[in-house]
Amino acid sequence: MQVNEYKPLIVAFCCNWCSYAGADLAGNNRLNYPADVKIIRVPCSCRVNPMFILRAFQRGADGVIICGCHPGDCHYTSGNYYTRRRMALLFSMLDYLGIERERTRLEWVSAAEGAKFAATMNDFVQTVAALGENKRLEDLRCKK
Amino acid sequence: MQKITRDVILEKAISMLQSGEVSAVLGHRTGEFSYDVTPSVFTDAQDLKANFVWNDFCGANFSKYLISKTKKLEGKILVFLKPCDTYSFNQLLTEHRFEREKVYAVGIPCEGMVDIAKVKAEIGDGILSIESTDAGVVVETLYDGTKTIAFEDVLLERCANCKSKKHVAYDELLGDEGEVIDSNRFDEVERLEAMTPDERFAFWQGELSRCIRCNACRDVCPACTCEKCVFDNPNSGVENKAPTTSFEEKMFHIIRAFHVAGRCTDCGECSRVCPQNIPLHLLNRKFIKDINTFYGEYQAGEVEGSRAPLVDYTLEDLEAEDVFKKEGE
Repeated sequence: MQVNEYKPLIVAFCCNWCSYAGADLAGNNRLNYPADVKIIRVPCSCRVNPMFILRAFQRGADGVIICGCHPGDCHYTSGNYYTRRRMALLFSMLDYLGIERERTRLEWVSAAEGAKFAATMNDFVQTVAALGENKRLEDLRCKK
Repeated sequence: MQKITRDVILEKAISMLQSGEVSAVLGHRTGEFSYDVTPSVFTDAQDLKANFVWNDFCGANFSKYLISKTKKLEGKILVFLKPCDTYSFNQLLTEHRFEREKVYAVGIPCEGMVDIAKVKAEIGDGILSIESTDAGVVVETLYDGTKTIAFEDVLLERCANCKSKKHVAYDELLGDEGEVIDSNRFDEVERLEAMTPDERFAFWQGELSRCIRCNACRDVCPACTCEKCVFDNPNSGVENKAPTTSFEEKMFHIIRAFHVAGRCTDCGECSRVCPQNIPLHLLNRKFIKDINTFYGEYQAGEVEGSRAPLVDYTLEDLEAEDVFKKEGE
């Protein structure tokens, strides 16, 4: 018998120097996190343009998470400080337009924090799964 | 009604043009009716005398025109700036968008400008002429004779919530200098914030779905001065086309507001020019309010050369997850 269980689609933007390595470490340590998380590697968390996040939602993502180095640890010295300001404003704006605030998240994950990466993803997938499908920022033409 | 008269401004413009101090004057030109005035460049004193207008419908912010007009021009251009225009003027100087030496800026006082849409809503069709007097706005109509409306009732939204009557940049002042006003411009934003997410979503759906993507808000915005705009990129799939889904209309407005966040002086031009009367200033003001709460009070354009909050940071900035905690939720 086929069970139609809802699986959310999560897009994770991970910075090359910390979070992507953190995801690697999670894998090396055989830590479980759902396969619903699709990782996109970016050179730095501040590479993530607000448009990327909206595009991800348009193309069917149910949640978007941005992971970067901890403040002070940025490979490019200050990239994640700019990310922090931008995302604070963007998330606040999305909330202002009535889009569920739980669908977006910004987390700092270092290369040594494989366990934190797995835990964060598990938690985020659960939160988004509880919200259900993304209806408020969807583009029906992009639905399969 | 404006305290400063057309004659005073005109005299200044003609004398400067004839003495050769400036080679052009940026001002409003008469249209078919008194309320459809058009921003225009005058290079001739006779033309100025015949067609120069200054009335309650001269709401346009001239700062952005300076970018294109000073590029081609030999000599200086004379521009009359209302207090709110001077903030945009400063902001454009900060971003090195035009040469300060090519502009002679004269600050003029402003009592607020009239929104023709509000007059039409009050009067209906058949407006023959509109005149401002001390008693209010006197409208002569085709069907109902003459009607008088209180000036305060038909002000543009941005003028009803005017943030400053003080000029922050000028070469010369005509008339009296005003003060920065403690306005209630964030009241509407707060009212929206107090709603539930579902109510907010319904509100914005109702507003933004009227958008026809004419790009007027972008074209008029003194902060939107990129020569290549992301919304004109033919590869983006969103260039010059009306939004077909709820996603597209939201994306355009989120990104437009985000691109000017921290640089928006809240001049209110976007809402003034919107043919669909979408309250676009509410998006910009949300960013301004957030920036003020999260990173300290900042008024774009108040000080020339000030650093915009989004190209700046401190080590102790608020974390993105604390955004909603800070609002006491």
